[in-house]
Amino acid sequence: MELKDFIENFAAQFDDTDQSEFTPETEFKALDEWSSLTALSIIAMVDEEYDVALKGDDVKKAETIEDLFNTVKSKL
Amino acid sequence: MAFLEFKNVRIAGVSAGVPKSVFCNLDIKDMSSEYDAASFVETTGVKERRIDERMTTSDLCVPAAEKLIADLSWEKSEIDALIFVSQTTDYYLPATACIVQERLGLSRECYATDVVIGCSGWVYGMSIVASLLANGSIKKALLMAGDAKRHVPTNDPLFGFAGTVTALEYKEGAAGFKFHFGTDGSGYDAIIIPDGGCRNQISDKSFKIEETGEGGRATNRLQTRMKGMDVFSFGITTAPKSIKRLAEHFGFDYLDMDYYVFHQANMKMNNLIVKKLKLDPDKVPSCMYEFGNTSSASIPLTIVTQLKGKCESKPSKFLCCGFGVGLSWGTVVFEAEDMVISDLVEVDEMEDREWV
Repeated sequence: MELKDFIENFAAQFDDTDQSEFTPETEFKALDEWSSLTALSIIAMVDEEYDVALKGDDVKKAETIEDLFNTVKSKL
Repeated sequence: MAFLEFKNVRIAGVSAGVPKSVFCNLDIKDMSSEYDAASFVETTGVKERRIDERMTTSDLCVPAAEKLIADLSWEKSEIDALIFVSQTTDYYLPATACIVQERLGLSRECYATDVVIGCSGWVYGMSIVASLLANGSIKKALLMAGDAKRHVPTNDPLFGFAGTVTALEYKEGAAGFKFHFGTDGSGYDAIIIPDGGCRNQISDKSFKIEETGEGGRATNRLQTRMKGMDVFSFGITTAPKSIKRLAEHFGFDYLDMDYYVFHQANMKMNNLIVKKLKLDPDKVPSCMYEFGNTSSASIPLTIVTQLKGKCESKPSKFLCCGFGVGLSWGTVVFEAEDMVISDLVEVDEMEDREWV
């Protein structure tokens, strides 16, 4: 899996945040649009795109998008 | 492995009782520190719920049972078993099923007990009743399933009140039911009311509002708290797996059904399950928009509110899957023929009776 694709898939779960905001270093939980409802979309995306079941703790522990990417990658 | 099959049993009918009073989630001003009411409704699909803080689950099941027994033209004296599935029983003890035996006027020669389980509860209850009936000693039985008034005013915008009744009977030659069940207690705290049981008994601390660290909603220790992300992840992976395992074990094509009735968890989760299984959405009825997540009532409530007048005219193949609190899950497949579906019973008046 590629980081670039992961970021694209990640960004696609947001409606109001400018796409340029999404980089490997983005601390996604600090985004205005982030909420526990967005978290469900991310879990759904990871399940669909990578067939990986993320736990709540995986999302809580990740600070940046790249952190989450690495978590998903480790579960592949 | 928990695969089960019971033959010579059929569903005679289904009914459901809900409070008449409608609560709209869009009216909630302080939904969460993270999101507003409109976002909640958009994601979960839960716009309205039936709530009436006077009503316990049995207060909804009893009128629904009266209606169904009348619609079926059953004699109450013929009903020899009653299983009451709920996590909101009337009392700690006795079992609510015992109280309902008297309220409904069932025979004293009646097998009656409670089963304390939630979202998977209707499927569990079906397996228990089907196993009781399968050898023909008991001919008619009622399964009640639902949840209503909690220990304290319900503040969770996801859950609605409902009490359902499924009437089952012994019928020689009936194809019966095929089941798959599973349990994962490592997720016991994914959906939990921490206090009020024997482990954490009610104390002053139980009423203190705590931030639970998820969803931006605060609850006291007598209210349901949920690890939403864990539950979501569990639902979208486990439900499809259980369905596939059932189909594989018994050698049928799960795509070959007329109706797929899922526990009404939330819309986002259910839509994803439908997509993963590549089901035709037209065959997947839903009632969470009007009734919310009604725990063990959700599958029969969906049948009553969405399939009445649609599925009775010809034999219909059903696949139903319940999954959630426990963590616990169950899937059942059956064919329904001449199933009586009662009109939804909207309960307004309380039985005029003084309870202890």
